[in-house]
Amino acid sequence: MSAAADLLVAAARTGADVVPARAQMASTLGFHIILACLGIALPTIVLLAEYIGLRRHNEVALLLARRWSQAMGVLVAVGAVTGTVLSFEMGLLWPGLMRRYGAVLGLPFGVEGLFFFLEAIFTAIYLYGWRRLPGWAHWWTGVPIAVSGVFGAMSVIAVNAWMNQPGGFTERGGRIVAVDPWQVFFNHAAIYEMPHMILAAYMVSGFTVAGIYAAGILRGRRDRYHHTGFALGFVPAAALTPVQIFVGDTAARAIAHDQPVKFASMEYVPRTSTHVPEWLGGFYWGGHVYGGLRIPDLDSVLVGFSPGTRVTGWDSVPPAGRPPVVWLIHLCFDVMVGLGFLLLLAGLWALLEYWRHRRLPPQRLFWLLGAVSGLAAIVAMECGWVVTEVGRQPWVVYRLQTTAAAATTNGGVVTTLTLIIVVYAALGAATLLILRALSRRWRRGEAGESEVPYGPPGELGPPGEEAQRAAGQARP
Amino acid sequence: MIVAAAVGAILLASVTLYAVLGGADFGGGLWDLLAGGDRRGAAPRQFIDESITPVWEANHVWLVFDLVIFWTAFPHAFAAVMLTLALPLWLAAGGIVLRGAGFAFRKETRALGMQRAAGAVFAFSSLLTPFFMGTVVGAIASGQVPAQATHASLAAWTGVIPLMTGFLFTSACGFLAGVYLSWEAARSGNQQMQVYFARRAQAAALVTGALSLAALLELNYLDPTLFGRLTGRALPLVIIAGVCGLAAAGLLAAGRPAGIRVLAALGVAAVIWGWGVAQYPVLLPGTGMTLSNAGAPHATLVAVVVLAIIVVLLIGPSFALLFALHGRHVLTGEHLHAARPAGPALASPPPAPAGPAERPGAASRTVAIGLAATVALARVLAARRDRRTGR
Repeated sequence: MSAAADLLVAAARTGADVVPARAQMASTLGFHIILACLGIALPTIVLLAEYIGLRRHNEVALLLARRWSQAMGVLVAVGAVTGTVLSFEMGLLWPGLMRRYGAVLGLPFGVEGLFFFLEAIFTAIYLYGWRRLPGWAHWWTGVPIAVSGVFGAMSVIAVNAWMNQPGGFTERGGRIVAVDPWQVFFNHAAIYEMPHMILAAYMVSGFTVAGIYAAGILRGRRDRYHHTGFALGFVPAAALTPVQIFVGDTAARAIAHDQPVKFASMEYVPRTSTHVPEWLGGFYWGGHVYGGLRIPDLDSVLVGFSPGTRVTGWDSVPPAGRPPVVWLIHLCFDVMVGLGFLLLLAGLWALLEYWRHRRLPPQRLFWLLGAVSGLAAIVAMECGWVVTEVGRQPWVVYRLQTTAAAATTNGGVVTTLTLIIVVYAALGAATLLILRALSRRWRRGEAGESEVPYGPPGELGPPGEEAQRAAGQARP
Repeated sequence: MIVAAAVGAILLASVTLYAVLGGADFGGGLWDLLAGGDRRGAAPRQFIDESITPVWEANHVWLVFDLVIFWTAFPHAFAAVMLTLALPLWLAAGGIVLRGAGFAFRKETRALGMQRAAGAVFAFSSLLTPFFMGTVVGAIASGQVPAQATHASLAAWTGVIPLMTGFLFTSACGFLAGVYLSWEAARSGNQQMQVYFARRAQAAALVTGALSLAALLELNYLDPTLFGRLTGRALPLVIIAGVCGLAAAGLLAAGRPAGIRVLAALGVAAVIWGWGVAQYPVLLPGTGMTLSNAGAPHATLVAVVVLAIIVVLLIGPSFALLFALHGRHVLTGEHLHAARPAGPALASPPPAPAGPAERPGAASRTVAIGLAATVALARVLAARRDRRTGR
């Protein structure tokens, strides 16, 4: 009833009201999510490097862990503030959503706050404790970061999953009268969204690290330092890729059941039917698919393991209840899946070479693939978010509240959107430039590391000694 | 009702923690901004930087936690505040981004010009954020937020009380930072910095005290209800705030740092709780919205209480560990005091031999400027009020 009224509101409000708010949320979230991925998974990779360094007295791994910590200091700061902007935006852009459902979706956010605390506190201890804390004690101060990163991610994803599959509350007369926190947190979509995103975070972080060192190797820096850096990122990420593909496939099947309209958009299913073909690529416009590869029956097989499986099309809901840009959802889905398989291929290639020759593939193509793997993982992850968010439109809370009803009634969103794009562009550029400057200083083997006046000290022992040793390895 | 009151207390407690922990980090930015040129400001800038570096992110999380509790436990009030006060909230959020980014970038850049630019961004935005947050709190306290808000209002936060609260927040942050920094300098035996920040804390204490009194007087005119409650049932807290402020100022003048941090934090906390007690149980003054009818069901409030207990159990010891390690200089890598070899300090060529604290005129000048600005502000505001009321 109220949902129907919502749809009317949505129709009455011109797109101009909601589109800027959605664009702003999309751009700030799209920016922050990369840093969030690094926040969730990079600590684990740093800890892995430090573990190997301590356990096997591997100085190269230890040096990498220290340097990555320094980069993490920058990334965590930018992630913390861009995350705060999202908290503000929940209210500033979507007061309608918070007013009606804040008491429900606030609970997982509260749990996230708890883990955000643990993360921030132990990140500070870990990053700035390199010099004074003894080896293993220091390593253990990093463990809470990695653990709370995962649990914090689960909490935030619980909110997003709840928006896709709302439940665990009773609404009467427009007011929430009862809430079951467990059902809110572990809603139906959380079961597949949580592992999907956490694995994505590990893939993004691992492949990004690997990509940086693969690029160095492509430029001729074929030394132990770069190979260690590459492997520390690549091995965990590549090992998780097949798991991710399995989880993603399961998720898609669940979406076909739970959110059929989203699934229909992902796979170009205009009409509910059996023997639904699978489209690879293709641009949907005015009832036709231009280009793209059509594989008969495959979509039905993927959904229900038989060509006779009935797949719900978007004709199951009136046009006002369908997502706006079907082709975007479909193409993003295909890009995500395609990149996932490309990354799987890179991992298999490395595995094969290691199995046969106990080494990483020497071919230039492999390292090119490695160099772009980080970017590929980021693009795949962003595409996944486009699919789940645009695919849920016009709803913000699936079948309960439209995005238009949730959006702010204030004007001026175009202004904040413009400003935020400018600020974030500068922020992103500055972050990249600073990370690049850091790596250049490292490469020059500058004792500069120990000279960092305010950052985590780069070196443990007397400054320079170790850096020179590592620099010696870095330039054979 | 009891549960709703408990959640209200939890929200107020976490706001207090953000104010006394995160507020001091903003105040550090204020003193960074006022530290002078590269040479003169090198020593205090470095001291500020080392003192807030490892802790500001953890302190900052209190803000996120405040927002989450606010929207979870009181969603209707949250939506009303977010709609009505959108502009200052956007500006505060922008300040938070620039502050954090500027601070993080400054330490990783090497070129002097870039360090200056990042430092200026950090310091200037440290000033903006507490000011606009203050206007938000002032607008809420003075009943400018309607329960059924539909659009942003400029008038809501540009009245006398909100603007004064904005200035009050900024100076209170400066006060806290000055006290903490002076205390830290005393602990690490850096007498020069101890005196330097003590002078600034005193100046900020004067301005904060003057602004508080002026705000109380204004309230007497503009919001007799709130004034009555502040001088009624919240009077003990108001007195505690005043006593703590005076005692802290006295200890600063006497150069005795023991207990000064606690006194300063307690003073600020007493102001916040005085506001809370004066307003209880109303959430948005001037409306019927109270702690218990702001849109959350009983189960949500209970869940928030449970969450708060877990936070106390888990986060309390973690923060204690962080602050203990920081206090023992485990997390800085270097000692806090100036014994550090003459390495290039922030945005500076070799540090100047004569620190600014050795120039006795500077602090009194700061006080004078602060007082003059306060008086001028009070006069402008009074003139404005007279115009409004047609006198």
